[in-house]
Amino acid sequence: MTIDREEVKKVANLARLNITEAEEEAFTTQLNSILGYFDQLSELDTTDVQPTTRAIETSNITRADELTPFPDKEELLKAAPEQQGEFFRVPKIISSDEG
Amino acid sequence: MYQGSIKELHQQLINKERSAVEIAEEVLKHIETVEPKVKAFLSVTAESALNTAKQVDTKIASGESIGILEGIPLGVKDNMCTKGIKTTCASQILANFVPPYESTVTQKLKDAGVVLVGKTNLDEFAMGSSTENSGFQVTANPWDLARVPGGSSGGSAAAVAAGECVVALGSDTGGSIRQPASFCGVVGLKPTYGLVSRYGLVAYASSLDQIGPFSRTVEDSAILLNAIAGYDNYDSTSLKVDIPDYTQYLQPELKKGLKVGIITETFGEGLDSVVAETVQKAIALLESMGAEVKEISCPRFRYGLPVYYMIASSEASANLARYDAVKYGVREESEDLLNMYTNTRASGFGAEVKRRIMLGTYALSAGYYDAYYLKAQKVRTLIKQDFDNAFADVDVLVCPTAPSTAFKAGEKTDDPLSMYLSDLMTIPVNLAGLPGISIPCGFDSQGLPIGLQLISNVLREDVLFHVAHAYEQATQWHKKQPTI
Repeated sequence: MTIDREEVKKVANLARLNITEAEEEAFTTQLNSILGYFDQLSELDTTDVQPTTRAIETSNITRADELTPFPDKEELLKAAPEQQGEFFRVPKIISSDEG
Repeated sequence: MYQGSIKELHQQLINKERSAVEIAEEVLKHIETVEPKVKAFLSVTAESALNTAKQVDTKIASGESIGILEGIPLGVKDNMCTKGIKTTCASQILANFVPPYESTVTQKLKDAGVVLVGKTNLDEFAMGSSTENSGFQVTANPWDLARVPGGSSGGSAAAVAAGECVVALGSDTGGSIRQPASFCGVVGLKPTYGLVSRYGLVAYASSLDQIGPFSRTVEDSAILLNAIAGYDNYDSTSLKVDIPDYTQYLQPELKKGLKVGIITETFGEGLDSVVAETVQKAIALLESMGAEVKEISCPRFRYGLPVYYMIASSEASANLARYDAVKYGVREESEDLLNMYTNTRASGFGAEVKRRIMLGTYALSAGYYDAYYLKAQKVRTLIKQDFDNAFADVDVLVCPTAPSTAFKAGEKTDDPLSMYLSDLMTIPVNLAGLPGISIPCGFDSQGLPIGLQLISNVLREDVLFHVAHAYEQATQWHKKQPTI
């Protein structure tokens, strides 16, 4: 399988990355080379093999759903680029590429 | 050059030969001297280090007994959150991030009284094998300043090798502790997946990431693991197991009947001949110490590399979606929200991080999941099976930690695949969740260190410490120090 420049553009949009023309070109070449390298896995028949999702199998870990307020709300808010009162502030939300 | 072991320093503190403040001052002064050349640290926490040291001295002066780690200088990879101390992951996107909370590992070490001297450099978000991908500075290998220290925990490895701290923490997703340990001639341990809590470790590839110690001796590694291992309510992947005192497995003699397996496939194409010869000599030494040595085939070992890059990149693309300039980090001011995301991420992430986000996003996107991510997970199962078969036969597996000694800075930066190859030997261990340790086993003709990797079954860190320590006691490699 190969990936072309159009697809690289599409993927960059999905990943919310603004990429330059030069990056578009470089990523197309590099991703194809990595995907080509990945193709060696087709040598292995995995039809009846179960996937390993994590290194050590653990069953669902649950805990009581109890609220523990974070002790230092001020510090949390201070870490944000912009805040207003108890809120994180962001620029206008305008959908420019999806509709 | 500062080169004490934890026990030596502890003894000096108890005997009042030196104070904790004197040790901290000496280390900080040494950092000042060598840092312009080594550049292992992204930040040095001199003030808080001296304060902690003072507290230890007060305790000693009042006749209280002190723990083994009290007053011991420590470096921490800058992808572990330290409350009130900048944690950047060596990324411009987190250049200003001061965590409002403490990671579990650093909290445990704080409670144990260690003296944090600084946060160490890494490849941005721990993605890389040379620490050249840092968004801030390139760390040099203390053995040859023109060469890389390995990565991604290159800062921690270089700091320990250069005597800028006694021990350090790193994280290992595909070899990021063991490979730099090998390049810098120190001991690096990646524990079993889930043995050490990852709460507060900035996530890269969650099914693989694990925190572990760097040290100059195997004993120091065991002492540090004692302090950081254990179940944590805040990390749902952490294992509920009893933690033994790992130092009890450090014995001068090798256990009778110990079975050592050489992974045949690691001695093939692409391995430097000097590395092959040196590791063979190390194995011969283990044999002369009484180990039963045999060759073990892990036929799917070599597929680890493509499997790893697919799994790690996929998980990274999801984990790094959180850098949206809303709650923390640097923001690129923009007209609207979408442009704020795309512009911030464009200027905040470096090339390798973008490459992996792109690869992972592609692999997880509609229509490709089965061909890439699922296929990789299935081959991961086959690699695990190879290890299971091997451990039915032997107690410990040995192979080189890296296919070469440290390469020159800039040598591999243009070719991602050739850079990835330096993790060939370490990656399968992460895929199977096993513990692995790299210990010094010799030098090449240019005086660059070579690492021996030991791999054991899940939660058998005891075997690693036992074999690594016995080998170390029979050799002198760990006593050699770089001249900076």
